[in-house]
Amino acid sequence: MSTALEHPTYNYKVVRQFAIMTVVWGIVGMLLGVILAAQLVWPQLNLDLPWTSFGRLRPLHTNAVIFAFGGSALFATSYYVVQRTCQTRLWSDKLAAFTFWGWQAVILSAVITLPLGYTTAKEYAELEWPINILIAVVWVTYALIFLMTIKQRKTSHIYVANWFFAAFILTVAVLHIVNNAGIPVTAMYSVSVYAGAIDAMVQWWYGHNAVGFFLTAGFLGMMYYFVPKQAERPVYSYRLSIVHFWSLIMVYMWAGPHHLHYTALPNWAQSLGMVMSIILLAPSWGGMINGMMTLSGAWHKLRTDPTLRFLVVALSFYGMSTFEGPMMAVKTVNALSHYTDWTIGHVHAGALGWVAMITIGSMYHLIPRLFGRTEMHSVNLIAVHFWLATIGTVLYIASMWVNGILQGLMWRAINPDGTLMYTFIESVEASGPGYIVRLIGGLCWVVGMLIMAYNVTMTVKRGEGARQPLPQTA
Amino acid sequence: MNNLWGDSLSGFWSAWIIVITLGSIGFAFWLLYANRKTDKTPDADGNIETTGHAADGIEEYDNPLPRWWFQLYVGTVIFSLGYLVLYPGLGNFAGVLGWTQEGQWEEEVARAEERFTPIFAQYQEIPIPELARDADAMQVAERIYLNNCAVCHGSNAQGGYGFPNLTNDDWLYGGEPEQILTTLHRGRNGLMPSWRQLGEENIENVTQHVLALSDLEHDGVRAERGAATFASVCAACHMPNGTGNQALGAPNLTNDIWLYQAPGQSVADSVRQTLRNGRNGHMPAQAAYIGEERVHLVAAYVYSLRFRD
Repeated sequence: MSTALEHPTYNYKVVRQFAIMTVVWGIVGMLLGVILAAQLVWPQLNLDLPWTSFGRLRPLHTNAVIFAFGGSALFATSYYVVQRTCQTRLWSDKLAAFTFWGWQAVILSAVITLPLGYTTAKEYAELEWPINILIAVVWVTYALIFLMTIKQRKTSHIYVANWFFAAFILTVAVLHIVNNAGIPVTAMYSVSVYAGAIDAMVQWWYGHNAVGFFLTAGFLGMMYYFVPKQAERPVYSYRLSIVHFWSLIMVYMWAGPHHLHYTALPNWAQSLGMVMSIILLAPSWGGMINGMMTLSGAWHKLRTDPTLRFLVVALSFYGMSTFEGPMMAVKTVNALSHYTDWTIGHVHAGALGWVAMITIGSMYHLIPRLFGRTEMHSVNLIAVHFWLATIGTVLYIASMWVNGILQGLMWRAINPDGTLMYTFIESVEASGPGYIVRLIGGLCWVVGMLIMAYNVTMTVKRGEGARQPLPQTA
Repeated sequence: MNNLWGDSLSGFWSAWIIVITLGSIGFAFWLLYANRKTDKTPDADGNIETTGHAADGIEEYDNPLPRWWFQLYVGTVIFSLGYLVLYPGLGNFAGVLGWTQEGQWEEEVARAEERFTPIFAQYQEIPIPELARDADAMQVAERIYLNNCAVCHGSNAQGGYGFPNLTNDDWLYGGEPEQILTTLHRGRNGLMPSWRQLGEENIENVTQHVLALSDLEHDGVRAERGAATFASVCAACHMPNGTGNQALGAPNLTNDIWLYQAPGQSVADSVRQTLRNGRNGHMPAQAAYIGEERVHLVAAYVYSLRFRD
């Protein structure tokens, strides 16, 4: 990297590193998703090899998109936002560099160990204990850097984006350490300290809060900076941000049991998981409203600014999936939707529609600024990416709704004599067309990400060529 | 801690759950209520003045909470409190409706039994060979088979590795109506012990002898040597001529049908593996799961397979 890009006050180097890796891991993670989608259409693509089988690639896909793509995006934006809004440099450059290289090492370990079959068998927490220790060290360092940077801020207030980032960082540390508590048996094998229903409950307390804090609170922090910045409008309501922040972080903690409806989990715990999920609707929508209403008076910008379109459509998908979530947590709905593709569709409404779109919008704002330019190399290519991402998401979600409801209804359909009308394999056969549509949706996403990679490469090249000193802020 | 995960909690944990649940909902409600109003007046564009501080140039209005959002929030809190009155959730308080998932399941099963049992019961008295020729009954029976048996024996009933084929005339425990009924009612446990203690030399000889019994390609010298071991060890269950014993579930070794021949495996390898490690077959008893009436129908279905192509 050219030294001309160095900002006089802020540490942009680590932000640049994470921003570039966001794009790289985005492509890797989504490509893996497309391979898995193709395997469900053509099972021969498992290649009859253990390393390329669905069961091993699936956790690699989820880890790559959540922790590699999403994680790098959160590191990049939180480091950028905390410096800009606190008007101070990161607390420690060396430790920040450690979090970058440490996090990449975690991801590389996942890329190696998951296809080899090393797994704790806990969803979204598959990595084995030595890697978990590295994650814990990196994460606690991240928390230290972030909080110490806030502590040495030169502003009187702590901006709302930083509340969300701080809540996300602290909670993920607690979730990760508690859920992965285990007893090592060999170098790459450990046993959970929890057993039975308690293990299941701890896992889904972790699992749902990974959604609530990693994939929601963290990205709301991103939203609270990049939406008003890109729209050049004040945030709609400070008051609303207080109410929805505190309710969101408190209520999310309770929602995990809705993953265990009609299981060995006691009735009382299931009920609490359900009612808290319903109460979660308004706090979630608070974030959507605050983002959307920030655009009032700036709606015309959507016509010309595809970056802003990414951010706004992300908020729409956020609103949609946070309505869908509480609905699916209602026991009677869950009895139909659970174990079907509807769940997969719901997750991707959040992961593609919300997480990926808010990230991409933020990156299109952030990357030119990090490389000494005012705009991305091509605004038209952002628009192309926007449409590919939107169409891809709609195809994905719609096909999984159809498949999910189809499966749920087929599984419960009975003949006049009370026997099941369909065998399981018939419901798999009926899901075929939906799997093809989902694959097309996924391909749209990967093509979009490749266009982004090209656009980013050109932006970086031009930026380095220009060697413009950055305007001094703060 | 274990009490925490049952449906009956100790007094302390029950109270703890009630307090933190209501406390949390109460906190959320207080937060909402305390922020519902602002005494500031809106500007010309309808926005309430900014908070006066900016972060990296971002200002914040202090607009009131949208009314519909406030009502939505209150609505979900009221719904939730109502739900916790009606359903179990607050510790040991069972809820006014007395609902449990176990109770719901039992009720649904009882309702289904009441509705569907007569359909099956009408066939109960019909002897199996006769029932097996009743096309209507077999349509019902086939569905029961597909729901319950196909998972192991295959939807075509031809079985698979470790799961017997039901369409041929080779029966481990017998194919007569009474024998099929016994299998379905009580289940079966097949045990072939490991004969590793015979040593590899003897195992190879017996293997060649078993191949010879089914007229498969074999080493004649070894087969001859294996005959003596077979007579002293194997014949007790498989009979001296190797035709098996249905009373014990000992398979016939002379018909070239091999239950444990894995895909791609040679018969010789399969037999060697059986001799070295033994085998353990398990057919679960069905009467407890699907009831007498359905067992009778499925038995007739299995019996009927012999008439089909």
